[in-house]
Amino acid sequence: MSVQEGISPSPSTGDSGRVSLVNNPRVRGFIFQLITAIIIAVVLYIFVTNAQTNLRSQGIATGFGFLDQPASFDVNQSLIEFTQNATYGRVLLVGILNTLLVAAVGIILATIIGFMVGIARLSPNWMVRTLGTIYVEVTRNLPPLFQIFFWYVVLIKFSPSPRDSFSLFNAFFYSNRGLYMPSVVLGNGAIFIELSIVIAVVLALVVRYWARKRQEQTGEQFPVLWTAIGLIIGLPLIVSAIFGFPITFDVPELGGFNFRGGTRVIPEFVALTWALSIYTAGFIAEIVRAGIMAVSHGQTEAAGSLGLRPGPTLRLVVIPQAMRVIIPPLTSQYLNLTKNSSLAVAVGYPEITAIFAGTTLNQTGQAIEVIAITMCVYLTISIVTSIFMNWYNRRVALVER
Amino acid sequence: MSVTQTAAAVPQSQASTRHAIELIDVNKWYGEFHVLKDINLQVSRGERIVICGPSGSGKSTMIRCINRLEEHQKGRIFVDGTELTNDLKKIDEVRREVGMVFQHFNLFPHLTILENCTLAPIWVRKMPKKEAEEVAMHFLAKVKIPEQAKKYPGQLSGGQQQRVAIARALCMRPKIMLFDEPTSALDPEMVKEVLDTMVSLAEEGMTMLCVTHEMGFARQVADRVIFMDYGQIIESNEPNEFFANPQHERTKKFLADILH
Amino acid sequence: MIDTAIPNQVFVRSQLVETLPAPKSEVGPLAWARANLFSGPINSLLTIIGFGLLAYILFALLDFLVLRAVWTGENREACLGPEVGACWPFIKAKFGQLVYGFYPVDERWRPNLVFLLGAILIVPLMVRTAPFKLANAVLFFVVYPVVAFFLLQGDVLGLPLVSTRIWGGILVTLVVAVVGIVASLPLGIVLALGRRSQLPIIRFASIAFIEFWRGVPLITVLFFATYMLPLFLPRGLEFNGLLRALVGVSLFAAAYMAEVVRGGLQAIPRGQYEGAMAVGLGYWRMMFLIILPQALKLVIPGIVNTFIGLFKDTTLVLIVSILDLLGQLRAAFADPNWATPVTEFTGYAFAGFFYFFFCYGMSRYSRYVERRLNTGHKR
Repeated sequence: MSVQEGISPSPSTGDSGRVSLVNNPRVRGFIFQLITAIIIAVVLYIFVTNAQTNLRSQGIATGFGFLDQPASFDVNQSLIEFTQNATYGRVLLVGILNTLLVAAVGIILATIIGFMVGIARLSPNWMVRTLGTIYVEVTRNLPPLFQIFFWYVVLIKFSPSPRDSFSLFNAFFYSNRGLYMPSVVLGNGAIFIELSIVIAVVLALVVRYWARKRQEQTGEQFPVLWTAIGLIIGLPLIVSAIFGFPITFDVPELGGFNFRGGTRVIPEFVALTWALSIYTAGFIAEIVRAGIMAVSHGQTEAAGSLGLRPGPTLRLVVIPQAMRVIIPPLTSQYLNLTKNSSLAVAVGYPEITAIFAGTTLNQTGQAIEVIAITMCVYLTISIVTSIFMNWYNRRVALVER
Repeated sequence: MSVTQTAAAVPQSQASTRHAIELIDVNKWYGEFHVLKDINLQVSRGERIVICGPSGSGKSTMIRCINRLEEHQKGRIFVDGTELTNDLKKIDEVRREVGMVFQHFNLFPHLTILENCTLAPIWVRKMPKKEAEEVAMHFLAKVKIPEQAKKYPGQLSGGQQQRVAIARALCMRPKIMLFDEPTSALDPEMVKEVLDTMVSLAEEGMTMLCVTHEMGFARQVADRVIFMDYGQIIESNEPNEFFANPQHERTKKFLADILH
Repeated sequence: MIDTAIPNQVFVRSQLVETLPAPKSEVGPLAWARANLFSGPINSLLTIIGFGLLAYILFALLDFLVLRAVWTGENREACLGPEVGACWPFIKAKFGQLVYGFYPVDERWRPNLVFLLGAILIVPLMVRTAPFKLANAVLFFVVYPVVAFFLLQGDVLGLPLVSTRIWGGILVTLVVAVVGIVASLPLGIVLALGRRSQLPIIRFASIAFIEFWRGVPLITVLFFATYMLPLFLPRGLEFNGLLRALVGVSLFAAAYMAEVVRGGLQAIPRGQYEGAMAVGLGYWRMMFLIILPQALKLVIPGIVNTFIGLFKDTTLVLIVSILDLLGQLRAAFADPNWATPVTEFTGYAFAGFFYFFFCYGMSRYSRYVERRLNTGHKR
């Protein structure tokens, strides 16, 4: 703000008749800053010396050496191998990965639900609109922790025991122990299937490029989306047929009181991810609604008067403009969801806050290091996101001007 | 130009082909509000009509019915022989032939001037990009702003934006052009450049319906001036007679008000 | 009568067309239903599905909460039937605990008085036409917290001491939310001014502070306040758990508040700053007399929204063993005297209504203010 130039904060503003040096805004600004810096430094110094005395007197170790020590507890869900004698460093890694897993699944789910509800809120159909409004008002006005507890209880109460579990195709089993599903076991020739997926994606991109070029030259349009879907599903199917379906599934089986084999999704993960998605979707819905409403009605009318159908109008005129309004707040909702995944600690899903800031802190007592690392992880995610946001805003701003 | 007839007596096939636009007994309501009352209007090919009237008189609504931005509830509307009904195909057909220019330009702010002009030809007329760009440059040259093609609407003045909007509509090579108060949102010094563009368009024989209060423009190019009030057509005459010799009380009062 | 002539070349209307009522198909409930519910086969289907869904949800709620609910009883026995709905005697039995925690029964008039005082002060603050806004605000933001603290904690004026350790329930929920907002507002204002300052060290320190707290989840802040903060303080200066949590919540909320206030400061037109300087006001007077009063008025909806967020976030204190409403509720679930299959749902229904009532009410208020501001002075 250039209007503030020459006026610097000083508690003694207004005292006139002093020596000019004190009234010189630059000098005042300098003194004011110096005082602030000294206060900050003194507070930090006091904190550090206090911490040193306190740690010494309580016999708490310092430093990051504990990361190499074995953690003597188990983790009930891990994306990477986790054994009994894994280190606290490994615990941290498992926690980060589990946080990212909740964030990724939650973001996808919340986006799908949020866009659907947001569009429903703009529906010409009163019933659909009303349901959308009820969804938004209810989900946004109940604390996320409350919602997590609620869904957790629902899952536990209404889930059968493993013996009576719901099953789908005799391969997916749902019970109070969580969701068991077949895991993929790759046999000989599976590499070709993986390869064919890559090829299909590349082909789809080629088709898109070709279709664009052709449209530029001849004006002919081509159903790129359907072709791409067909390619990405079809090609791997054909390849696996050629190799005699070298993929087998490890199907879970009921043995005794629990299942063997397959992949297990623990109910804590389901409750947490589901509740956070439902909660965040309410906010996303409002963002989407506001974004679409921000595109003036005149834009749709102008497109209509040029003969564009509603579909292309949406794709070429409304969405590109709405997205510019939607993306920045949407990103901050994604960030909120990621930060809210720390609520996992309340239901015992092993992400970073629960097993690192929780269990690890309890066992090692090294509060300063543990909390600093935990905060750094979240800060890193936040900073990366805001770098992306700045980049996006700059890009959009460039288009505008 | 046709003689005065009763609407009912006009055989349809004849009526629909002979005129560029024909409105027969058109009525429209917004909820309980009766906005258009028994509108009967025939526009011949190449005819230029200026529609004026106080705000809320239904003039904008009327021309917006012609490309179905608004739906009428009673009566019939034919555009170039095609009747406007709920049939989407017919609506598409009509919209391809009818260009429209809005009061607030409604340019697409996320697209360059050139992209604004080529969007519809590419996606509706399925024109190759290069050809669409040539067409666009042709019309941008015609509205005298070819050098702005790579800029975005936000970088242009109001008058320039409105001229781009005219060029954008022309790129679809419409047979009929509708203007909905094209100069009302402009600063005074920019009105002329837009009107000049419209005059040159009129001189080329485009069928035009203009809702405007620019009486100079009406005198210069209109074949007919229509005065609307209370949702109906009150008076219609060729411009000199209309301005020199208004018949209806409402017309006299309106003209007295706007010409002070 | 209708002119039959087609206005082609020359036409003058001799008689105005009468205004006719809209055709039956355009107005009235039937037309509304057709346009809004049954405008096509897909819409009709959606309407029917939507109606079915809504009816199902409403009926299930009514059925559980009212029709099949148990209204009287002394212990779990009453709520053990096979087809039993909500177990309201459980809420009745635990009501004191849910509202006051373990605050002594004989002293509960104190929190009640605090609630009452708060309501008396906050209602006129929210009504635009009520007089003495400034005095009212000072009372609520400065005097009230002090009075409320001594009233609740006691140990003065002959009031017996009630340790914060045994406070709980809705009392704690409200204490955390109100302290959070009262402490975060001044801190947020200072940070917002700092962030817009020309002085690099001040600006940098403010940005670092704001972005740090906004970048981490509240739980880690509560962990920080609970486990890390005590290490930074000299020995002997012991905070109790609630106070530590309050420090964490206040720092956290201040960062968000700073961004809200900054939005308001940015919305004040440059002319206001120039005008203030032109009449010779210095920085602080300009800010406190001219800019901030306007900026704060503009961001009332933002402040209320921050408060709603804070209100929802108060639930997190249960993770550091401070039992707010949700925490007391979960503690009550553990009581074997009331262990029934429906206890938890009953409890969550009660808490759900409480949170929804508050948050929805506040969000309506913030939207109302927003609308008023929008129509008040458009720029």
